Amino acid sequence: MSDATIDFVRRELLAQADAPAAPTPGYWQSVRQRLARDPVTIAVSLVLLAIVVISLGAPLVTHYDPYAGSVLARLKPIGTPGHWLGTDETGRDLWTRLCYGGRLSLLAGILPVTISLLIGGFLGILAGYAGGLVGTLIMRTMDVFYAFPSILLAIAICGLLGNGLSNSILALAVVFIPPMVRISETVTTQARQLDFVEAARASGTTTLQVIRYHVLANVLGPILVYATSLISVSIILSAGLSFLGLGVTPPRAEWGLMLNSLRQAIYVQPYVAALPGLMIFMTSMCFNLMSDGVRSAMDVKLNK
Amino acid sequence: MLVFAARRILQAIPILLGVSLVVFGLVHIVPGNPIDMLMPPEASPEVIAQMKAAFGFDKPLYMQYLLWLLRALHGDFGLSVFNASPVWGQLVIALGNTFILAILAAMLGFSLGIACGLTAALYHGRWPDKLFSAISTTGVSLPHYWCAIVLVMFCAVLHDWLPAQGMGDDSLPLYDRLQYLVLPVVTLSLIPMGVIGRLVRATVLEIIGMEFVGALTAKGLTRWPVIRHIGKNAAPPVLALMGLQFGYLLGGSILVETVFNWPGSGNLLNLAIFRRDIPVLQATILVLASFFVVLNLLVDIAQAAIDPRIRR
Repeated sequence: MSDATIDFVRRELLAQADAPAAPTPGYWQSVRQRLARDPVTIAVSLVLLAIVVISLGAPLVTHYDPYAGSVLARLKPIGTPGHWLGTDETGRDLWTRLCYGGRLSLLAGILPVTISLLIGGFLGILAGYAGGLVGTLIMRTMDVFYAFPSILLAIAICGLLGNGLSNSILALAVVFIPPMVRISETVTTQARQLDFVEAARASGTTTLQVIRYHVLANVLGPILVYATSLISVSIILSAGLSFLGLGVTPPRAEWGLMLNSLRQAIYVQPYVAALPGLMIFMTSMCFNLMSDGVRSAMDVKLNK
Repeated sequence: MLVFAARRILQAIPILLGVSLVVFGLVHIVPGNPIDMLMPPEASPEVIAQMKAAFGFDKPLYMQYLLWLLRALHGDFGLSVFNASPVWGQLVIALGNTFILAILAAMLGFSLGIACGLTAALYHGRWPDKLFSAISTTGVSLPHYWCAIVLVMFCAVLHDWLPAQGMGDDSLPLYDRLQYLVLPVVTLSLIPMGVIGRLVRATVLEIIGMEFVGALTAKGLTRWPVIRHIGKNAAPPVLALMGLQFGYLLGGSILVETVFNWPGSGNLLNLAIFRRDIPVLQATILVLASFFVVLNLLVDIAQAAIDPRIRR
């Protein structure tokens, strides 16, 4: 080998060592890239965004009062001038009611999942990490609640506490805590047995730091994905409670309640009567598809 | 196998006790005595005391619980506070009606779900797979009470094909009474169909990728015997989910029963809530939840019978 070649190789190697390492895409970056290539997930996210924006900005997209009805304008069909989605049984503009209704429906659907995520996630990680007596105690208590079909438990709690938005949120949160605990416990138990967690503990890292830096980083993803998949169920159930007369109280606008009060009108204005249910269906479908998309984007094994 | 079954049955007992505690406790987290809420405000204290004694609400809580549990074990749930008729009698009739719906819906939903899931997995990535994925996602996102209303609208209001609600008179001929079953059964079968279909597809896809399937095909087995082998391996998880889903059909049909005015246990529960009829409420929830526990028990045992690995 000539000196020139050796020099060339040496310079090459030095250049490589000096140059900043080629950016290897991090995990979250690759998740984002996969999501950006998934047209279905993008489309449903946009629809959801539209539903949220229209609900929050309801006064801007309609000039009617959601509570002001008119005896003369009762049960108008879809396409009536001035009421493009028709009117309900007391003559209130249905588009207005649907926009305002989204606020409570989304709130009553998302808040229970958030509450159960916080409480159930905490209990589950505690049970999974601590194990032993604490773990057994938590898990056996959850088994008891698992013995109830979810809707039955929600209806029982709501029916006994009395109707109202806060009771329906509370009831659904109680219903979602056990599955949340179970998922968190499973993933935490798995994470605790990983070699680097073992190593961190062996090298004297405090329990709190192990949980914060090593366990949480590995369990939060799956727990959050599970929580998003619960939102769709939660929206259907919370609207169902209102539909039974156990959730939001009239005259407030909420999709489930509207569906119930328009139920008698299916003989007069069938299409108008089906609209609030269509909104529940669309919202829960979008949440389902979005959570499917996020799940498969986050699944490393699927995307090899 | 027997040891496994015995152990599983023993494990179910504390859960059943826990369930009874929760059902009893739920009623008593609400402040106030059930009788106070029902009696008119002008009722004299003596009458109220008498009523409390008659329904057993005058004893301390733990005695009430023990007495209630002991009687419940004998099938005695006391009298309805609303119409003073035995709770058990009402409950049996209502449960029977719910059972009819649940069994038929389960048979329809499970068979459709298995057929769709299997087809989707066998044609993985091709159009039957995509079509089915769309159907099953729709199935799990449908608010079934809305679906019930849309079906009534379409089949009973816009077209006069099927009756809109109720379960028909005893005097009607069988064929006419069967018509009342169609809409509720179809509505209830949608969710199990979607859920089972998704699981069957995922499980079968996982098994198809295993080496033994390739070996069977290489050995010269034709399509259907191979599918039979796959089916036997896919059965345990699917069976477990079927048990859960059947439990949901029994306990969760309240919304659909309300729409169709079907006199089942869900309807009874709904009425009991609005009449604040505590004995009926407690009994219905306790019996439905116990069914759920027993059902899960049976599923576990059946799973172990199919797959010896589960017995450990």
